[in-house]
Amino acid sequence: MLYAVVAGFIFAIFFPAAVRINKQAGKIAAAVLPLGIFIYFASFYNTITEGNVIAQSYNWIPSLGINLSFYLDGLSLTFALIISLVGFAVFLYTASYMEGNKYITRFYIYITLFMASMLGLVLSDNIITMFVFWELTSISSYFLIGFNHDKERSRIYALQALLITGGGGLALLAGLIIIANISGGWSISSLADLNELITGHKHYPIAAILVLIGAFTKSAQFPFHFWLPNAMEAPTPVSAYLHSATMVKAGIYLMARMNPSLGGTDLWQHTILIVGAVTMLFTAMLSLKQTDLKKLLAYSTLGVLGTLTMLLGIGSDLAIKAFMIYLIAHSLYKGTLFLIAGIIDHETGTRDITKLGGLRKLMPITMVIAVLASLSKMGIIPLIGFVGKETVYASALEFEPFGTLLIILAIAANVFIVYITIAVGFKPFFGKLKPTPKEPHESPFKMWFGPMILALLGVVLGMFSSVVINSLINFTEIGVINKKLNIPVKLWHGFNLELALSVLTVLLGVLLYFKRDNIVNTLNKISFTKYVKPSYYYEFLLSSTLSFAKFQTKFLQNGNLSNYAAMIIVATIFLGGLALVSFGGAPNIDLTFAPTFAEVIIGIILILAAISAVRAKSRLTAIVSVGVVGYSVALIFIMYSAPDLAMTQFAIETLTVILFVLVIYRLPKYLPFSSMTRRIRDFILAGLGGLLMSLIVLFIIAEPMTSELKKYFGENSLTIGKGRNIVNVILVDFRALDTMGEIAVLAIAAIGVYALLKLKSNGSEK
Amino acid sequence: MLLVLPIISPFFFAIIMMLFWNNTKAHRIINLVSSAASIIFAVMLFSNVNNSGIQVFQVGSWQAPFGISLVADLLSAIMIVITSVIGFSTAVYSLATIDHEREKFGFYPLLQTLLMGINGAFLTGDIFNLYVWFEVMLISSFVLLALGGRKKQLEGAIKYVTLNLLSSALFLAGVGILYGLAGTLNMADLARKLPLIDNPEMLTLVSMLFLIAFGIKSAVFPLYFWLPASYHTPPAAVSAIFAGLLTKVGVYSLMRVFTLIFINDTDFTHTIILVIAGFTMLSGVLGAASQMDIRKILSFHIISQIGYMIMGLGLYSPLAIAGGIFYIIHHIIVKTNLFLVGGAISKIRGTYQLKKLGGLYKLYPILGLLFLIPALSLAGIPPLSGFWAKFTVVKAGLDLGEFTIVAVSLFVGLLTLFSMTKIWNEAFWKDAPSETIGNKFSGSNTQKAILFLPIVLLALITITIGFYMEPFFDIAQQASEQLLNPNLYIDAVLGVSNE
Repeated sequence: MLYAVVAGFIFAIFFPAAVRINKQAGKIAAAVLPLGIFIYFASFYNTITEGNVIAQSYNWIPSLGINLSFYLDGLSLTFALIISLVGFAVFLYTASYMEGNKYITRFYIYITLFMASMLGLVLSDNIITMFVFWELTSISSYFLIGFNHDKERSRIYALQALLITGGGGLALLAGLIIIANISGGWSISSLADLNELITGHKHYPIAAILVLIGAFTKSAQFPFHFWLPNAMEAPTPVSAYLHSATMVKAGIYLMARMNPSLGGTDLWQHTILIVGAVTMLFTAMLSLKQTDLKKLLAYSTLGVLGTLTMLLGIGSDLAIKAFMIYLIAHSLYKGTLFLIAGIIDHETGTRDITKLGGLRKLMPITMVIAVLASLSKMGIIPLIGFVGKETVYASALEFEPFGTLLIILAIAANVFIVYITIAVGFKPFFGKLKPTPKEPHESPFKMWFGPMILALLGVVLGMFSSVVINSLINFTEIGVINKKLNIPVKLWHGFNLELALSVLTVLLGVLLYFKRDNIVNTLNKISFTKYVKPSYYYEFLLSSTLSFAKFQTKFLQNGNLSNYAAMIIVATIFLGGLALVSFGGAPNIDLTFAPTFAEVIIGIILILAAISAVRAKSRLTAIVSVGVVGYSVALIFIMYSAPDLAMTQFAIETLTVILFVLVIYRLPKYLPFSSMTRRIRDFILAGLGGLLMSLIVLFIIAEPMTSELKKYFGENSLTIGKGRNIVNVILVDFRALDTMGEIAVLAIAAIGVYALLKLKSNGSEK
Repeated sequence: MLLVLPIISPFFFAIIMMLFWNNTKAHRIINLVSSAASIIFAVMLFSNVNNSGIQVFQVGSWQAPFGISLVADLLSAIMIVITSVIGFSTAVYSLATIDHEREKFGFYPLLQTLLMGINGAFLTGDIFNLYVWFEVMLISSFVLLALGGRKKQLEGAIKYVTLNLLSSALFLAGVGILYGLAGTLNMADLARKLPLIDNPEMLTLVSMLFLIAFGIKSAVFPLYFWLPASYHTPPAAVSAIFAGLLTKVGVYSLMRVFTLIFINDTDFTHTIILVIAGFTMLSGVLGAASQMDIRKILSFHIISQIGYMIMGLGLYSPLAIAGGIFYIIHHIIVKTNLFLVGGAISKIRGTYQLKKLGGLYKLYPILGLLFLIPALSLAGIPPLSGFWAKFTVVKAGLDLGEFTIVAVSLFVGLLTLFSMTKIWNEAFWKDAPSETIGNKFSGSNTQKAILFLPIVLLALITITIGFYMEPFFDIAQQASEQLLNPNLYIDAVLGVSNE
């Protein structure tokens, strides 16, 4: 299985080189790849339907417990088959659809990467490995939606999809890690038996909600649904493949996969049920105003995704069965219809249904395929869609105590879906031929072959459902509810309530289609406030985050150096103060000074000089005052018998003052820039900062200081260091490395001064 | 002896270059030789540490704690290796990008002294000596920033040096106080003696000074102002090496002192660190979101990601620290590379302004790919290195039940993705606006190759770390274990029998 997944990645890497050698061969290879993967997985059909599972594991990051482990059971097999089969149809189609596009190589790379990632997602048994693939599908979706990136809309909506699914992905990551922490391992398949442990844990609710956010964003559930119709900016093969047949079902897959381990609780079931039902109805209704083929299909996809979610929420045996049938049915017919929409667009130059009609004679093959897929979608016997819808209705009906409500919702949503189908699958082909931007022709073989297979499969699976998919579905359900079901799938259940409801749905859908204009006119008269649109909140969040970002950045990074310095002092005082407060009582301070007369005098001079430096109105006064401060400090050094230090200090102070005085006359006139408020602020900050440092020093000297260093240096500087001046020996021997560093500093500073004086860059920015 | 080489070797070559002051050709070659030699020394040191534990060298044979000890544990060794890789990449990149004027005024010697300072900071086992290396770094970086003397550069450089001097002052005060408390400057000795002092609260108080001083160096909230004020002004090669290494010296120092010296009250100190981490991530990423200049966006992202590293330290568990270390490894490679790619973009288009850029993806798909690798990695897209870095700290946070910081870090991850796509969107996807200045890579094919060599090299490293994370993470984990067992460090420096 590893190779089946990795094949796509390797293919994507070598594809550009292959295309350079032979373009046609490259494209054919691209279509053969998914076909090969399909055959590979189909070969497991018997093994899986005999009740086996296949697990493989390869070491990846053992120290974190993350392995490349794959797990093939009914559920992942179903998905893998859908992914590879629809992939085959789409890849074949792309070769013709994207003919002549300059960047077709890039397109193939992205879409192959996507396919491989999607396969990896459904096959992974390791939580984190699955997440890796999950994110890769989001990223490849980003590049595919933005494929026509010279259009601004493509870029905006690519980003929108990425931010929503990416944001959900991050929530999912947190949720998955919490679950792994509860269960103590990363293996998904072993989670299924830990349901009680997980659902009973105090962190279960947060984990479940986080996982669901991930699933809902990915599968475009309300209120995150709006990215999906916008993603229709992508080329049609992408819409067919990612945004209806496979990627948007990743969230559904995740919920199904996690159902045995996280499900069964009210939180899980009710949330999924309600979100699914709301999505189903709400998004299907939104389709009314659309006239674009792809947009219409997108809304019907949303409706189906809602239905699938709702079925998981119902969670009964029958509902899970319906879920599986509907999942397969939808992937087949929706992929087909998207490809048909692409064909129509490709051949006529428009996707606006009001401008299309009467193509049946010009495009007979396309018409047949479209009708087949449409019938399946509308739930007409004997197609797989019929089986699907029957089971959906049955499971809604038996959901007590809300069966009636649920069936009404389901029928309402399906009425819209029937309406969409008529608009997309029938309208362009029947009625009068309308003039279109391009002269329509039948599409080439490569384009209709893929959809035809999918459509025919819908017929086969419907008519022989009891034979073909029955056993697969039974074992799929083990993945979803951790037990094997034995409700047979069959086409015909006799004349019953579900059948009657199916007929009613179709009739209402047809009625809706013919009354469409009236309804839309009425709708247009009602003005909906923008606050009902979830996309409004997305835009609001995005723009307010950006304006807050601007605000905080201007506020903090305001360009003023003294503000920056002030902020740092504030932080120092704050943290220092916090530490002091946290002691709950200061350590002892010895406040019984006995200063000598000289110390008092020097202290007074120091303070006066400092005040004078701050208050000085000219630079010269300020510098001289600072010099006085330095000299006074040096005097203190002398008093405490550190003549070396004092000498150094004297030398530095003298030099500094002299240098400053030399420079001062070259500087512009001194102007007081700071306002009174700023001065007061700085005064307070300086005062507090000084206080903090003084306190710290007082604390320190309250303790007697002992150092073995002093003794050691004293004893050894002459004997081993061969020097009478201890300070010198420390500088050049004991701590010679420091001195080397400081010498380097001086040398570098010299280069700097030299360069600053001599080098005037000509202003070019390189 | 290997411990001295990463410091002495660049210094030696810098001196040689100063002897041939006017021969820029010689400078280029010596600079390359020195950078290449550094990689060899670094790898040798690393394998030594990896095979036989913490390495110690007593400079001048003065026994600790009386002289200065150089110490290399795994964390130091990792940092030395990355520094050498980044140093080499920048050295190569400089050949194609640095103008002759700067070369004439000592660009290459400065690069080497900068590396000397950085290596010194990673290797020293003495808190005052650390201060000295900070000074070497500061003055070298200051001159590199100011070299060229354009007004914008000088403005940035002044802010840079002023705020960093403030850091130095606080650092020095802190060192003085520590000496007053314990009577020693050797870090291992400090770690041994400080737990015995009468007022452990004092230690907490002093630790705040170090937190601020190193916090300024690491550019954490609210002390980071010097970084966005200056990083967009020098040539791309300089920005790149600064972006990769300078703040990480601060982070390294925080990691060192807050796992070795200030561990008496981790409830207090490390909680503060965690809070700072959250604000740093958030404030940095918001800063990035508000910028429209590639280098400014990238600069703010440095801040944001320092937050993740500090988060690892603040969480203070083996996995968290390992995650923090892994984050550093990942970040240095990726961030340097993004600045290098940014430089390549401006080489082609003559600007860093997103509004003026566009159309690069159609013309330069390979450049696009080379941008995407570090950019998506930075944004934490799996399986690139940034994802694993984010994953480990997030996992560590969730293990400890620290939901708030985890939520912040994930939200910041989303915004990071947003600003990386912003650069992608504006510079690569969008069609070029008409006022685009340049449209061609001016320079010979050799120059082109020199320009792209380091970019490709770093991109390959990023991919390797992402797809083959195990050995890298394993080392980070071992380094974390060493940090969390300070006795290993103390015993290595002072000898077991000393106590």
